[in-house]
Amino acid sequence: MSDLTIKNLRKSYDALEILKGIDLEINDKEFVVFVGPSGCGKSTLLRTIAGLESATSGNIFLDETDITNAAPAKRDLAMVFQSYALYPHMSVRENMSFALKLAKIDQAEIDAKVEDAAEILKLGPLLDRKPKALSGGQRQRVAIGRAIVRKPKIFLFDEPLSNLDAALRVNMRLELSRLHQELQATMLYVTHDQVEAMTLADKVVILNDGRIEQVGSPLELYERPCNMFVAGFMGMPKMTFLDVTISETINGKVTLKLLSGAKIILDRPDLKATVGTSLTLGIRPEHTVLTTADAGLIPARIEISEQLGSESFVYVKTSADEAITVRIDGEQEVLPTGANIGLSIDSGKCHLFDSNGIAI
Amino acid sequence: MFSIKNREQIDTIIIGTLSWLVTLLIFFPILWMFLTSFKTEIDAFATPPSLFFTPTLENYALINERSDYFHFAWNSVVTAVGSTIIGMMIAVPAAYSMAFYESKRTKSTLLWMLSTKMLPPVGVLVPIYLLFKDFGLLDTKTGLTIIFTLINLPIMVWMAYTYFKEIPKEILEAGRMDGANVFQEIFKILLPMSKGGLAATVLLSLIFSWNEAFWSLNLTAFNAAPLSALVASYSSPEGLFWAKLSAVSTLACAPILIFGWLCQKQLVRGLSFGAVK
Repeated sequence: MSDLTIKNLRKSYDALEILKGIDLEINDKEFVVFVGPSGCGKSTLLRTIAGLESATSGNIFLDETDITNAAPAKRDLAMVFQSYALYPHMSVRENMSFALKLAKIDQAEIDAKVEDAAEILKLGPLLDRKPKALSGGQRQRVAIGRAIVRKPKIFLFDEPLSNLDAALRVNMRLELSRLHQELQATMLYVTHDQVEAMTLADKVVILNDGRIEQVGSPLELYERPCNMFVAGFMGMPKMTFLDVTISETINGKVTLKLLSGAKIILDRPDLKATVGTSLTLGIRPEHTVLTTADAGLIPARIEISEQLGSESFVYVKTSADEAITVRIDGEQEVLPTGANIGLSIDSGKCHLFDSNGIAI
Repeated sequence: MFSIKNREQIDTIIIGTLSWLVTLLIFFPILWMFLTSFKTEIDAFATPPSLFFTPTLENYALINERSDYFHFAWNSVVTAVGSTIIGMMIAVPAAYSMAFYESKRTKSTLLWMLSTKMLPPVGVLVPIYLLFKDFGLLDTKTGLTIIFTLINLPIMVWMAYTYFKEIPKEILEAGRMDGANVFQEIFKILLPMSKGGLAATVLLSLIFSWNEAFWSLNLTAFNAAPLSALVASYSSPEGLFWAKLSAVSTLACAPILIFGWLCQKQLVRGLSFGAVK
C-alpha cells in the first residue's frame, strides 16, 4: 500500500509564496499527473514531496506516517529527473545499483535486481557503458531503471520526457504506460504537456499559481471543467470563449446573445440566472460546425486555416471581431481567407461560466 | 594577393614564432640559473657572460658540505603537503556548501575570502609574528603549515567552488533520493566527478606552498626552515656568490619543477576546465 495524503501544504521562498495550500489524496497504484503552466508550482510540489525542498507549513503523509520533515533518503521514494541526472563516472550497472549498495543489500541480490530492471527496459547490452556513450532515450531509460530497482513506494517523475525529441517522446510515453501496468506502482508525474497528462494519467491535477484548480480523470476535466482556466488549459487548440448576455429564458430554454447579435439557444433548465446577466460561453473547436454563409446560426469570415492532414483548424471572426476556432475533418475543403461562412454550434456541448470564471 | 591557404600558413608561422619567443622569455632565467650553477664563481661573474665554459660540480659539492639540503627539503615537503591536506579538508566542505546551498551572502563571502589575498602580507607581519611567538609556533613546522594553509585557503575554496558549480545540482539530488547521506554524497558522487579540477587545486597549493618565501623567512630560523629559506641564506652573508646561489636555487626548484612537469596534463586540464569542455 502506498497512499499519499497532502494537507494544506505551503511553500514560500522569503516573501514569495509558491504553493498556497495544497490538499490532495493519492491512492495506491494510481498514475497521477500534475499539469499546469510554467511557474504554477508543479515541480516545487513534486520536489517537496521528494524532500528536496522543505515545506513551509502543512503535512505530507505516506501510508499514515508523517514524512513532512523526513530526509529524502528516508522516504522510500524514487525520482526521475528531467536532465536524467545520471552519475557520469559510473557505468549503467553502477548507476542502477548505487542505491542498493548504499542500502547494503548483498551483491547477488543487487545483480539479480539490476538484471531484472535491465530486462524490463531493454538495457541488457548497455550495462557496462558510461552514460556519455548513450543516446538521450537510453539515458532516460537508465534513469527510470535506477528508480525501478529500488522498488520504491512511489515513483516521482519531473518532466522526464521534455529533453527528448518528438518521436522518442511518443515512444517513451507508451513505454511509461506499459511500465505502470507492469509494475502496478504509484506514480506521480509532472509535465506541462497536456497530451502527456491526458494519455498517461488515471488522475490529473491541474495547478495554477500555487493552487489546485481541479482534480479528476482526464476526460472528466475535458468534458466538465470547473472553471475557465481548466477549460482553456485542456484541449488543443484552446476552447473558444465568447461574451454573451442572457436575453430570454422560457421553459428551461436559455437564449444567449453574442456581441455580433447572433443568438444561441441552450437547453439549461437548471440555470438560475436572470435576463440581462453577462456570462462567458465556452465551446470547443470540435463542437463547432462550418456551414454555408446563409445557413448556420452565426455569420462569420475566415481569418486563417491550418491544415494538418487528418484535421484542419479554421480560425474565423464574426462581425463583432469575436474569434472562434473550428475543427473540421482533414478531407473537408477549406475555403480561402476572407470567405464568408456560417457557423452552427452543438448546443448540448456548450459550457457556461459566470463573471468569476466558474462553470455554471 | 595571398590565397587563403597562404594566408593561413603565414598566420601559423607568425603565431608559432611569437609563442616560442614568449616561452623563451619566461624560461630563460631558469635556464640561466641552471647553467650558472655549473660555472665557477669567476665564470659566473664574467662580462660579457660566457656561454661556453667547462662545467663543474664544485658548487653542488660545497652546498652539500656546508648545509644539510635534505633537512630543508624535508621541511618543504612536510609543510607543503601538510598545508595542502588540511586546506583541502576545509576547502571541499566550504566550497560544497557555497556551490550547492547558495545563500544571499555566498558571493560576497567568496569575494571577501579572495580580498584577503590583496592585502600586502607585510601589513600583518607584526601581529602574526606576535601571535606565533605567544603560541610557541615560531620556527616550527606546525606554525609554517598553519600559515601556508591560511594563505592558500581562499584560492583553494575559490577553485573548488568553480569546479563544483559545473556539476548539475540534480545529480547530487539523485544521490540523495538514492539514499546517500552527506558524506556519501561528497565522497561517492561529488569528488569523483570533480577529481580533475581538485587535482589542479592540490597541485597549485603544493606549488604555492613550496615557493612561499616571505613567511618562511620571517617565521623560521633553522628547525622549520624550508628550501626557500636555504636559498636566502646563500644570498647575503659573504657577499654575492652567483654560482653557489644558482646551484642552491636549482636544488630548491628542481623537485617542484619535476613534479609539475609530471602532472602538467592534470594541471592544464584542471586550469582550463569549463573554458573548453
